[in-house]
Amino acid sequence: MAARNSKQQYGWMAIALHWLMAPAIIGMFALGWWMRQLSYYDPWYRQGPEIHKGIGILLLALLLLRLVWKAMNPHPQDVPGTPRWQALAARAAHGGLYLLLLAIMVSGYLISTADGRAISVFGWFEVPATLQGLANQEDLAGEIHEVLAWTLMGLVALHALAALKHHFVDRDATLRRMLGLRGNPAPVGRRNESGMNETAELTK
Amino acid sequence: MKKIAIFLFAALIGATAQAAEYKIDTKGAHAFIQFRIKHLGYSWLYGRFDEFSGSFEYDEKKPADSSINVEIDVASIDSNHAERDKHLRGEDFLHVEKYPTATFKSTSYEPVGEGKGKLSGELTLHGVTKPIVIDVEHVGGGQDPWGGYRQGFTGTTEFALKDFGIMYDLGPASQTVEMILDVEGIRI
Repeated sequence: MAARNSKQQYGWMAIALHWLMAPAIIGMFALGWWMRQLSYYDPWYRQGPEIHKGIGILLLALLLLRLVWKAMNPHPQDVPGTPRWQALAARAAHGGLYLLLLAIMVSGYLISTADGRAISVFGWFEVPATLQGLANQEDLAGEIHEVLAWTLMGLVALHALAALKHHFVDRDATLRRMLGLRGNPAPVGRRNESGMNETAELTK
Repeated sequence: MKKIAIFLFAALIGATAQAAEYKIDTKGAHAFIQFRIKHLGYSWLYGRFDEFSGSFEYDEKKPADSSINVEIDVASIDSNHAERDKHLRGEDFLHVEKYPTATFKSTSYEPVGEGKGKLSGELTLHGVTKPIVIDVEHVGGGQDPWGGYRQGFTGTTEFALKDFGIMYDLGPASQTVEMILDVEGIRI
């Protein structure tokens, strides 16, 4: 498989970035939600936020790489027969995911650096504060961080459901090509024929 | 007419001198509301409230008539660590969105000599009002170099966090917080 996208397929770079980030992002939401409820004497009271901040910075780097990569590569065409509204909705959702991720990461960074402290990424390197000392910076950034994180999870759920719908209901190649697979989902049951036909049409 | 005016003026001066109301010099930051609480029982953690205002009445000849009112913007808490301050402002501690203001209103002052005394009053914090006693000491007072007249006091008090409905468990050594209060007032 090529690293770069083609008009028909995602390259391995885009696929790797997607599947590296997806579980990390969902895990970060869970970690962020969980770590705020820890008692002061919990062994994770300090570890939880340290890991959350470290992964957050790494995810920001991956996101920037991903956006650059996306700009440099063609976008695989929608599967044939995609209604226009669906194509537009998918574009909007993808754009929304990127925007929310960026805003969540920046707001998180602004919480921890509000007093000029740097963020240490697992002790490997430090990201210094830039914007600091704004009025109520850590509180405002914190509220934005939380609201956008929940919004992101809503959009992630929609994104995942849409992918599953493409795979199991429409039986098209949308999810398979993000997994690096060619062709449509294997047909099952009575639907076989129509599925076969579509596959046949596609390969022509 | 002139005599009456002079008399009234003198009476007014006398009255203000007697009431002697002082505005706490927060503008020049000659007043501090600080706290300290044990961290794990191993060290003291200090913080302060940066935004507050208030005034007091004080007459050196009649110290028992002293009184003070202070209003504190709780969200102005600063312990020199943004993440901690955010936590302190949140629901686990001060819940500043719901309880933005803390107040202290004195009810009586009992001088115990040598410029010291016990200041009783009602502290409202985290939506809970409770009587507290502040140990007060008169630090000094007199003319300032810029034409004003000032008096300054220092005081300390201590209370349990849970008495004011703050239940977050910081450990057995950190149940109570000490307040270290310093005010300088300019006579108005």
